[in-house]
Amino acid sequence: MANFYTDNSELKFHLNHPLMEKIVRLKERNFSFKNEFPFAPLDYEDAIDNYDRVLEIVGEVCGDIVAPNAESIDAEGPQVVDGHVVYARGTQENIKALNQAGLMGMSLPYKYEGLNFPIVPYIMAADIVSRADAGFVNIWGLQDCAETINEFASEEQKEKYLPRVCKGDTMAMDLTEPDAGSDLQAVQLKATWDEKKNTWLLNGVKRFITNGDGEISLVLARSEPGTKDGRGLSMFIYDKQLGGVTVRRIEHKMGIIGSPTCELVFKDAPAELVGSRKLGLIKYVMALMNGARLGIAAQSVGICEAAYREALEYAKERMQFGKAIIRFPAVYEMLSMMKAKLDASRTLLYETARFVDMYKTYQHISEERPLEKEEREEMKHYQRLADIFTPLAKGMSSEYSNQLAYDAVQIHGGSGFMKDYPVERIYRDARITSIYEGTTQLQVVAAIRGVTTGAFLNQIRYYESQSVSPQLEYLKRSLIILTDDYERAVKKVTSADDNEFVDFHARRLVEMAGHIIMSYLLLLDSNRDDSFLRSAKNYITFAKAQVKSHAEYIRVSELSDLGTYKFEL
Amino acid sequence: MKAYKIIVLAKQVPDTRNVGKDAMKADGTVNRAVLPAIFNPEDLNALEQALRIKDQFPGTTVKILTMGPGRAADIIREGLFRGADGGILLTDRAFAGSDTLATSYALGQALKKIGKVDLVIAGRQAIDGDTAQVGPQVAEKLKMLQVTYVEEVKELKNDTIVVKRRLDRGVETVKCKLPLVITVNGTAPECRARNAKLLMTYKRAKTVTELQKENEDYTTLYNDRPELNIPEWTVNDIETDASQLGLTGSPTKVKSIENVVLQAKDSKIISDSDSDIENMMIELITSHTIG
Repeated sequence: MANFYTDNSELKFHLNHPLMEKIVRLKERNFSFKNEFPFAPLDYEDAIDNYDRVLEIVGEVCGDIVAPNAESIDAEGPQVVDGHVVYARGTQENIKALNQAGLMGMSLPYKYEGLNFPIVPYIMAADIVSRADAGFVNIWGLQDCAETINEFASEEQKEKYLPRVCKGDTMAMDLTEPDAGSDLQAVQLKATWDEKKNTWLLNGVKRFITNGDGEISLVLARSEPGTKDGRGLSMFIYDKQLGGVTVRRIEHKMGIIGSPTCELVFKDAPAELVGSRKLGLIKYVMALMNGARLGIAAQSVGICEAAYREALEYAKERMQFGKAIIRFPAVYEMLSMMKAKLDASRTLLYETARFVDMYKTYQHISEERPLEKEEREEMKHYQRLADIFTPLAKGMSSEYSNQLAYDAVQIHGGSGFMKDYPVERIYRDARITSIYEGTTQLQVVAAIRGVTTGAFLNQIRYYESQSVSPQLEYLKRSLIILTDDYERAVKKVTSADDNEFVDFHARRLVEMAGHIIMSYLLLLDSNRDDSFLRSAKNYITFAKAQVKSHAEYIRVSELSDLGTYKFEL
Repeated sequence: MKAYKIIVLAKQVPDTRNVGKDAMKADGTVNRAVLPAIFNPEDLNALEQALRIKDQFPGTTVKILTMGPGRAADIIREGLFRGADGGILLTDRAFAGSDTLATSYALGQALKKIGKVDLVIAGRQAIDGDTAQVGPQVAEKLKMLQVTYVEEVKELKNDTIVVKRRLDRGVETVKCKLPLVITVNGTAPECRARNAKLLMTYKRAKTVTELQKENEDYTTLYNDRPELNIPEWTVNDIETDASQLGLTGSPTKVKSIENVVLQAKDSKIISDSDSDIENMMIELITSHTIG
């Protein structure tokens, strides 16, 4: 009888952000779909009511089915039978329940049988599913590969594959290979055009493929023989119904055990080219990865939520020295900081999701009609923001999900180390978030542009220009001081005019920007709803300490010091 | 493949599973204000059985028949959200105060008006009255065959159904001809969740009374989309004998209400011989359960 949406008022708060009205109006093309599709909303209120009520279904299925299944799925795991994946029993139940509830293809257009939801409510569903089972959200969340088909595939391909996703076919993105992990330019899987069969054929091996035996897979392969880098790679759709791919093994993992991580063998597997040849890595994978990174940010926030709730409940019940342990400063300090980091990660997640919604919707509209000048500028503005906020959100929230899982185990003491409590599983599940879809170090590589170009600073100054109530002014003033510290640190690092020096301090700089941005977002949230004030105050105090610490590190650091960190090989 | 016509009998009940201390009023009646009105849980099990038949036999229609006050239209909407094809709300002051006999009479008369159906599926019992009488009484009144305590439909082929019954002492597999009344046990599979697209489509489904009460902004919507109109039947829409309706038609009279802790764990088997029934009546009167 649990409902993971209605028991969490913060979700509804983010769903009702002021920018949503514009997003929804664009997404619904000014509510022009209502005559064609009986489930399309009639106006803004109607659309928000749809999202709200559908999320209530997500919350119900997650509370009643997905969360209770998490433990048995973690123990049982998936298996390979005759070259194909058989999910754990609980995973099968979860998939069936979510399919019956029509929760696949949530963000796809109506004409392909989707719900045409903006990214914000879709990401909110992922946040909820992840809280219930962070391993399962991978299988369900891979539906956002369909976004890439919707964006780049031909009309014929869209009509063929997208309705299948909406009906419940699961997906996979087959990128990684034994020798191509973070460096996807090294992908070897061969794609050859077979004149006789009139199709592309794929041959080779993929590794670490999440849900690798899904019904529809996007595959990165080398279509240009003799090439060695990213420019020889193209994107393909492989349909499991046609056969040609077998699962050689499922990896034995530390966490997210229910999500099958597959090694795949392609033997003359027929496949369709997506978009243009040679743009596979350069264009399509980049889009795919950005979607996936936002998904991992949502997964991380869901894990934070689960970890915080488990820890809070335990700390209230666990009696030591004659009182509940939550009464001890050492414990309540940890819990409040967990909550502050959770709220900070979530507000950054939805801010980023809104940026993505704005530019992607304009992008789709631009295929239907030429955009007005202001619209085009707005699209570019939000795209630039989405490009730097996505790695920032993924990087910060995945690190926090690890920290919260660690703290949740710590609050449970010895019991947390045992399999008797969910925190043990949550701790293992969290670990992957800061690794896959690009490690935190690679998120920093993507986000540092936001630091060096001044884009983060501009956005921080924009937040600064928003008015807040007089009693919140003192918090804003302290953030203005932090912003000056940040600006000085950026100047110090960039003025050395040495890329290695920038790389050396990149994580510190990106984190400084992240702390200030998350602080501002919590401050603005508090301005709309004072229930966020606690987290805003606590996070800002924490942010001050973090930013000052990084600023001091950078202040005393010189280019000539780098040598003391390097290793002789 | 045959398509079936199925009616699900469903009731809106106060959620007695979360009873607090103010659940009853001083006068011994249920304080409906503090108990949320919900879809009777075993009626949801019944709906799931109907929807599974619909999944298996395309063309099958599942409609919900519910009797209650205006707000019971929620039951039909909840059914539509889960995949039902429609529903009828039987509502009239004349039905107020009905016990199981008067309820089954009214439902039976409504079913006569609906016409020939293959299956009537109801929950075993409602959590407010816990009588388990309405389903069987409807079957008797319509002179239909009945199978109670069903947990699973094992097979359905043309006009023959095989079902599994869950009884105290084990399970029983029964083969039976249609048309048939089935009552479904709470041990049967849970009902599926509401479907997003169906919810978005049918959330505005309303009865005429609801439409009149509300200040609807979308007046033309109900002409354009007839599926959004929930039929509402009053006593004038079905053939009835007034003496069998509502309070007048209900021999059950509540004398007093008290808190009891149920102690018997096993059910007793009583045959339909006159002597067994007489002994039961004497026992119930002596223990003041009735009379």
